[in-house]
Amino acid sequence: MTKTNLPPAEDDPHPEHSRDAPLSIHDLTVAYHRKPVIWDIDLDLPEGKLIAVVGPNGAGKSTLLKACLDLIPRVSGDIRVYGKPYRQQRSLIGYVPQRESVDWDFPVSALEVVTMGVYGSIGWFRPVLRKHRAKAQEALEKVGIGHLAGRQISQLSGGQQQRVFLARALAQEAQLYFMDEPFAAVDAATERAIVALLRELQQQGKTCLVVHHDLATVARYFDHVILLNMRVVAAGPTAEVFHNENLQKTYGGKMPLLEEAGQALRQNLS
Amino acid sequence: MTWYTMDTWIVVVGALAGIACAIPGCFLVLRQMSMMGDAISHAVLPGLALAFLITGSRASVTMFIGAALIGLLTAVFTQWISSWGKVERGASMGIVFTTLFAVGLLLIVQAAHHVELDPGCVLYGALELTPLDTVTPLFWLGLGWETPRAFVVLGIITLVNLALLLLFYKEFKISSFDPNLATTLGINAQKMHYLLMSMVAVTTVAAFEAVGSILVIALLIVPAATAYLLTDRLSTMLLLGGGFGVLAAAMGHFLAVWLPEVHGLPDVSSAGLVAVTSGIFFAAAVLLAPRYGMLGKFLNRRPLKKHKAATPLSPEKT
Repeated sequence: MTKTNLPPAEDDPHPEHSRDAPLSIHDLTVAYHRKPVIWDIDLDLPEGKLIAVVGPNGAGKSTLLKACLDLIPRVSGDIRVYGKPYRQQRSLIGYVPQRESVDWDFPVSALEVVTMGVYGSIGWFRPVLRKHRAKAQEALEKVGIGHLAGRQISQLSGGQQQRVFLARALAQEAQLYFMDEPFAAVDAATERAIVALLRELQQQGKTCLVVHHDLATVARYFDHVILLNMRVVAAGPTAEVFHNENLQKTYGGKMPLLEEAGQALRQNLS
Repeated sequence: MTWYTMDTWIVVVGALAGIACAIPGCFLVLRQMSMMGDAISHAVLPGLALAFLITGSRASVTMFIGAALIGLLTAVFTQWISSWGKVERGASMGIVFTTLFAVGLLLIVQAAHHVELDPGCVLYGALELTPLDTVTPLFWLGLGWETPRAFVVLGIITLVNLALLLLFYKEFKISSFDPNLATTLGINAQKMHYLLMSMVAVTTVAAFEAVGSILVIALLIVPAATAYLLTDRLSTMLLLGGGFGVLAAAMGHFLAVWLPEVHGLPDVSSAGLVAVTSGIFFAAAVLLAPRYGMLGKFLNRRPLKKHKAATPLSPEKT
C-alpha cells in the first residue's frame, strides 16, 4: 500500500483553510432530476478529528458522502483529498457504506467481505493471497469477531455485520474514512466497540467523517460536527457549533423536543 | 434404447451451453437481475434480422456480431431509461426488450420473404440438429477433422467465459456484492456491469442457436439459482451452477431419447427436456437443500442441542 507524504500533524493556526486538509469541498451541488439535494457546500475538514455529519432525514448526508466519493454525479464542485483531486487519492480513503446497501444473503463469509477492503491494493488480474486474508483476519480480530470469520454474512447479527464493515475499512488502511451511519441499529456493545475504534483511528492521526443520527451522543463521540440541511448550517468544533440555535436552524420546528432529550441525556452521562 | 454418436454430440453441445451460461448466470442471480438474460435473449432478434438484411447472408459471424451488439445495447438502454426516465430497472428492461423483440419479429417476417429464417427455430432452437451442421475448425492446420459448428462456437465461448471469470474473479465478486465500495477502490462497478452484460449477450447468442432464445434463459438462471440454494460460497456456487448445467444437458437429452421408446411419445424436444430437467433439479434443491431448503429449514427449527461454534478460517492461525 502506498503512503504519500502527509502534512505534519502539529497544530495549524488555520486548519479550516489548509490546502492540505484531508478533505476540501468547494462549491459542491448535487441534484436528482434537476431538484437540488445539497448545494453550495464549502468545507475543509481538519486533520485527525472525528467529525459528525448531522441533519434531518433527507438533508443529504449520505449524498454528501457519495458525491465526494464520485459515486453520484455532481452538478458542480471540486473535491480535494490532501490537496490533490479525489481520483488520485483513492488509496487514502476508506468507505463504510450503510449496512442496508448490500445484500447480506450474498454467498460470502465475513472474512471474504473484509478481504475486499484490500482489493484496491492487490490490483487487477492478481489473485487474493494468503497475506491478504491474514490482514483481513487481523482486522476482524481487532473489531472483536475474529472467531466469526468463516460465517456466511447473513448469519451474523446486525451489530456483527456492522463490525464486518468496519473491519473491512480498517483493512483498507486509509487516512480518511467516510462512514455512513455506522451506529444505526447496533447493540450497545457494538456501539462501544465502534467508539473505541474511532478513538484509536484518531490517535493514529486519521480523519473520520461519520454520518450520525443520534444527537444525544454527538457531543460525547465527536470533536467536530457538520450540521447539514441541504446547505451547511454550521460546521466547526462541537463545543462551538453544536448548540440549540444551530440545531433549530438545522431541524426546524421539530427540534426542541429532541434537543431537550439530548441535553438531558448528556447531563446524565457527564 | 439406441444411442448414437450424434446423441453424444448433442449432450456435449448442451453441456457446453450449460457451463457457458452458468458463469454469467450466477452473477445475474446474485445481482437480482435474472431477467436481464431474458431481456437480452429476446432483444437480440432484431440484431439477427438486421445483420441478415444488411449483409444478405446467414453467415454466422455477422449474425453473431449483430445479435451481440443489440444485446449489449439492451443493457445500455435499460440503464439509460432507468436513470433518466424515473423508471425502475425491471420496467425499463420490459420496455426495451419488448420493443426490440417486436422490431425483430417485424424484420424477420420481412426477411423471411427472401429466405428461410424461421422464427420458431429462433425461439425454441434445434438442439437435435446441431450435429448435422459441421465445420472443419482445424483446416488451417491441414486437418480434416469435422465437428459440429455449435461445438466449436460454444467451446470458444465457454473458454472465453472461464478466462474472464478467472481474470476478473475478485472484481466480479466485489462489484456484485458492493458496487459502491468497488468504485471507491478504483474497480469501476459500471464497467464491470457492462463486461458482465457483454458476456450475457455473447453467451446468449451463442447458446440460443442450440437451445433457442427462450430455453437459454433456463440455462442462464435455473442451474445458478439451484446452486445458490446449496452453498454459502461464491466459488462453490459457480462450480455447482456449471455442474447442474452439464447434468441437465445429459439427463435432458437422455430423457428425450428414452421417453419415446418407453412411453411411445411421438416426438420430444431435447432442449425442452433439458430445461425441464434443470427445473426438476431446482425443485429438488428447494425441498432438500441442507440450509435453505424446506427440509433444512424444518430441521433447523428444532431446538438446538449443542451449539457448534463456527471455526475461524484464518490460514495464519498458529
